[in-house]
Amino acid sequence: MTILTMIAKMSEGLGRTCAIFFLTLLFSLPLGMLVALLRMSKNRAVSTVTKVYISVLRGTPLMLQLLAVTYGPFYLFGLGVAREKLVPVIIAFALNYAAYFAEIYRGGIESIGRGQYEAAEVLGYSRYQCFLRIILPQVVKRILPSVTNEVVTLVKDTSMAFTVAYQEMFTIGKQIANSQTSFMPFVIAGVFYFLFNAAVAFVMGAFEKRLSYYR
Amino acid sequence: MSKLLEINHCRKRFDATRVLEDLSLSVEKGQVLSIIGPSGSGKTTLLRCATLLETMDGGDLIYLGNYAARDEGGTSVYAPPAELQRIRGMFGLVFQNFNLFPHYSVLKNVTEPPILVQHRNPAEVRDQAMALLEQMGLADKADAYPYQLSGGQQQRVSIARALALNPKILFFDEPTSALDPELTGEILRVIRKLAEEKMTMVIVTHEMMFARDVSDWVVFMNEGVIVEQGDPREVIDHPTQERTIQFLRRLQEK
Repeated sequence: MTILTMIAKMSEGLGRTCAIFFLTLLFSLPLGMLVALLRMSKNRAVSTVTKVYISVLRGTPLMLQLLAVTYGPFYLFGLGVAREKLVPVIIAFALNYAAYFAEIYRGGIESIGRGQYEAAEVLGYSRYQCFLRIILPQVVKRILPSVTNEVVTLVKDTSMAFTVAYQEMFTIGKQIANSQTSFMPFVIAGVFYFLFNAAVAFVMGAFEKRLSYYR
Repeated sequence: MSKLLEINHCRKRFDATRVLEDLSLSVEKGQVLSIIGPSGSGKTTLLRCATLLETMDGGDLIYLGNYAARDEGGTSVYAPPAELQRIRGMFGLVFQNFNLFPHYSVLKNVTEPPILVQHRNPAEVRDQAMALLEQMGLADKADAYPYQLSGGQQQRVSIARALALNPKILFFDEPTSALDPELTGEILRVIRKLAEEKMTMVIVTHEMMFARDVSDWVVFMNEGVIVEQGDPREVIDHPTQERTIQFLRRLQEK
């Protein structure tokens, strides 16, 4: 098999790789905010439950979580395993990344001084207006570098989907490597992830630049 | 009713520490009242109670006859949120650390609250804001961001921001304490000008000479109570209480 054929075959999985990447971001970025707010809740029960959620999802391998979400329903309830693996894959990824994003958001929110809240309060802003207009924009600017880190990791983590045989780029590459006894697919995959992340770095850099108008 | 602000028998504790004890104070329309006293005397806490940033444990808080808090059997009972929100519109507060919104331009810092909170006409608010910035000598900084300004300029923006909401009374919490000494003059000039325009103000300050010149009434606080109050020239130049004499002497030694 020529290198070009390998690239062509692996490219067929690119759509799925991108699907994992974008769908995970689509769900985990907002879900992370919800988790962060619950984590900071004054209600002890709510914040404790959220803390446990975060520690479990950060404390166990993503690979294990993928297996649990995909095959758990079968082992636990005797339900069939979904043929389309995208759904369980996205659920596992979104839950996992939401836990990381939540902690980043929390750090950002807690880093904003009390004075900003007090100024908004005295000026008559509602709590909601204060959060959306005053706090959140400043949080976004502060956490952007940490978010970039997670997004870069996510690009590489999409390859984890091979554990449930979801036919994304890396899974196909691994199959070719096995059948052809060739290391080439891994090199191709490496180049691919590297280029993908170069694009991510470029986009995130542009965001950071847009927010650099103030300090 | 000429009493703009009335605080009756205010009590406040933080855990086991008594911060304010049976403190009463009233401010008339057009009056400039200065609160002086050593750090830890409760001046700032008093200001924070008056501006609803802290809740009093006991006592009344009344703006123009409207009860923000009413003492019932020794406990302050606060008005419902909507009423408190209405009362918030009656006063403004200038913070020691300015607390401008860093992601907004100078102009937006001043215009957003009236537009958002008072639902006023944006064009009209903009005109008023530009006039206020002009008055503060900052018209050319309207499009700048807070980080590009000196501390004194930032503080003047924050005064403009408070004034844009047309408050009936303006509180200042040590407005010059975070500034380099050479920048305090510009803030004091602005406050003096507001006093000439008969703006009602309550100023917590360490600037004795300023307090003496600008205010109609001065209150000396120590350990959560008012030790002495009266005409500024009397209290500052001829204090009668031992604690006041000590405090003023120590300031002079600096």
